[in-house]
Parts: sequence; structure tokens; C-alpha cells
Amino acid sequence: MDTTQDLQPAATAVRLVYLARLRDAFGTGEETAVLPPSVRTAGDVVRWLAARGEPWSGELAAGRAVRVAVDHALAAADTPLAGAREIALLPPVTGG
Amino acid sequence: MAVVVTSEPLDAAAVLARAHAHDGAVGAVALFVGTMRDVNDGSAVAAMTLEHYPGMTEQALADIAAEATQRWPVLRVEIAHRVGPLAPTDVIVAVAVAAAHRGEAFAACEFVMDYLKTRAPFWKKERTPDGERWVDARASDDEAAARW
Repeated sequence: MDTTQDLQPAATAVRLVYLARLRDAFGTGEETAVLPPSVRTAGDVVRWLAARGEPWSGELAAGRAVRVAVDHALAAADTPLAGAREIALLPPVTGG
Repeated sequence: MAVVVTSEPLDAAAVLARAHAHDGAVGAVALFVGTMRDVNDGSAVAAMTLEHYPGMTEQALADIAAEATQRWPVLRVEIAHRVGPLAPTDVIVAVAVAAAHRGEAFAACEFVMDYLKTRAPFWKKERTPDGERWVDARASDDEAAARW
């Protein structure tokens, strides 16, 4: 009996979450998206979204202070996204 | 260690009591209480909404409390943070740290607040006479957190 095996993992959808000022600017708090294979890190996600044009490009322009949380943990620009289920974009926090 | 995120009014005295816990090993409890002002950046502020990131918020606060207990020999760290609509004079945050002596209680309490201000996912939106506005982060908060 032959069995076939997927060598190429299927692209999985991730939940993108936008908080506070970014949610207001984008007009939505979350969406589901399939990331292209070239988007591998937290920094890649920001650049990929910025390429959508306004208002994304303005809010996510290089130099704008935006943090990324991958599955609820703050990430660095080079944090890998492998297996991530929820990726959130956070403006600078102002609690306390 | 305990973390509370709530839309109900906060009772700072209860946070203090949970840190002390009638524990005979406690010789010092440092309590910080942050309250809402009725003015900011030159504008009157009539009301505020504190947004957060449900799912991440409590874990972020628990991580900060755990970090404090690793850096100082403290007995308990209690953090309570308000979310949702607030009015001036309301308690926004209460942090209480219990230790044997005051030095580590003061230091750990200040550390928790400095980290909370720069790492916990909360955002303030103020209502002023000119409309609503998101509060900008302050560079001085980053500098305070970088000390530790």
C-alpha cells in the first residue's frame, strides 16, 4: 500500500489582532490571514501589513513604535512565527 | 503571587492585606497606588477608558511579578489593575510587595511598576473637552524601566 505524505506543510491561517490606536486606525480589531511563506518573523509581519497601503503604511512605517506579540508574548523583530496562532500589533503601552 | 485585572473599582487596602497575609515573616510591605488625574498634557480629563489585550494581560503581569521574586528575596507580590471606563480619582493600579525588610520591598515594588508601565498591554484613552485621544507613551517610562 502506498501512502502519500505531505512534504510541504499546508499554509495555516493565523489570527491577526490590532489593539487600541491601531484598531481605530485600521477599522478592525482582528482578521484571519494566511501569511505568505516569505513572512517568517514578527518584523516580517509588520512590513507585510505596511505594504497594504494606507492606513497600514502610515501606522506601520519604519520608525513607528509598534510592538508585536506572538501568542500573547512580546516578540522581537527577529522572533520566528513558526506555529504561531495569534499575532497582535500593539502601540506603545500606557497602563499603570 | 496574584494578579487581578478587573473592571470593578479597586480596593488598594485589600491588595495590601493580601500581600501581608498576616504572615509573621513579613517585616515590610510596600504599596503603590496609581490614581486617575483630572488633567493631562494641559487638558482637563473628564473620563478615561483603559483598554487591554485579554489573553495576554494577566500572563504579562504574572511574568513581571515572577521576575520581581527572582531578583529580590520578596515573600509576595500582588498586582491589581483596572480596565474599562474610569473617572478621575479612581484607582488605576495597586501593587503591593511583602518582604522581610523595606529595601527589597521598595525596590521590587518600583521595579514592578516600571515594567508594568512599559510591558503590560494596557492603553489609556482620555475624554477631554476637544474629544477623545489615546495617551502617548512617555520616553521617561522607558528610561525608568531600563534602570533595572
